[in-house]
Amino acid sequence: MAETILLEVARFLPERDTEPSYQTFEVPLRGDWMILDALNYIKDQLDGSLGFRWSCRMGICGSCGMMVNGVPKLTCETLLSTFAPGPVRIGPLEHFPVIKDLVIEMEGFLGKLQKVQPWVVRKDDFKPQREFIQTPAQLEAFKQYTLCINCMLCYAACPVFGLDPEFTGPAAIALAERYNLDSRDQGAEGRTDVLSQHDGIWDCTVIGECSQVCPKHVDPSLAIQQYKLTATKEWFKSWLLPWGNK
Amino acid sequence: MPQYSQFQPKPYRPRMSAFWYFDRWPYLLFVLREISSFFVAYFAVLVLVQIYALSADPTVYAAFQACMRNPLMIILNAVTLLFMLLHAATWFNLVPRVMAREMTGRQLSDLMVAAPNYFVFFGASVIIALFILRIL
Repeated sequence: MAETILLEVARFLPERDTEPSYQTFEVPLRGDWMILDALNYIKDQLDGSLGFRWSCRMGICGSCGMMVNGVPKLTCETLLSTFAPGPVRIGPLEHFPVIKDLVIEMEGFLGKLQKVQPWVVRKDDFKPQREFIQTPAQLEAFKQYTLCINCMLCYAACPVFGLDPEFTGPAAIALAERYNLDSRDQGAEGRTDVLSQHDGIWDCTVIGECSQVCPKHVDPSLAIQQYKLTATKEWFKSWLLPWGNK
Repeated sequence: MPQYSQFQPKPYRPRMSAFWYFDRWPYLLFVLREISSFFVAYFAVLVLVQIYALSADPTVYAAFQACMRNPLMIILNAVTLLFMLLHAATWFNLVPRVMAREMTGRQLSDLMVAAPNYFVFFGASVIIALFILRIL
């Protein structure tokens, strides 16, 4: 057999364990393998009981996010050979409850996502007869935020979310901003209650790691800081012109 | 949240270490950036004390100078200088992120927003240095 590399994989069986431990596996070190390929090798050849999520294998579905040597990564686009000679430590995404081995619970995240209403909200009875025309500049205003795949790597990179699990978090705020900046949307006012509160944008301390780890080069940190600016302007406006919103 | 039963056991809830900021360099840099505020506050108070000493009679200022020559004060002020530089640089770099993005219809690059801050900072530092070195 060719060269091998050691993988230290987090194991947790909720019926048996009180906390996760690491199990070492020896897998072939192939130049074209991603970390996910190595995990599938373990599942197929060494230990079928290993639990982890994956689907598309091409960085689109956002299922296979894990901690690789302490850094949140999509395992389907992280080359195994870059960690040679190893060992490589694979753990579940940080700050999330662990259901089994590398599988985390995402209920909390999905709840937050729903709260920010990440869809086009209209006040009027909008029944378009033809396509809604947007200028390239209008598209550019929100385009980067549409690339989010909800992989939750930004949450795993955010110590604020680790310390306060109620924090709305980078991806949900970036998606809220994606619709706030969309010229078709009229729901910005409705999102303010969720965003402009302590657990929303004001919890963020601008560490900026969410933007660094994003596999799709979305900049959630920018979305949060820009929304802080918007919320401050709105607050001043409501204070100076209290009749403005009536 | 789902209800947990015998067949759907409770997940493991990780707790963050009290020393989480030693886990990764960007976290440590963030904490150092926040700590730098203490040094900024200390230096602001020091400058106020210096101005007070200057406005009082010369013996008070001489005492202040003697105090500043203490090796411990020199070490403290050297550390303060490093933290002040970190404070300035980290916040200058954040300026483009908290500025209104739209100006004159097109977006300014991060460099275009951050650069004037550095320019003024270095310009002011050079002028003050020239005064202190009695060149001006």
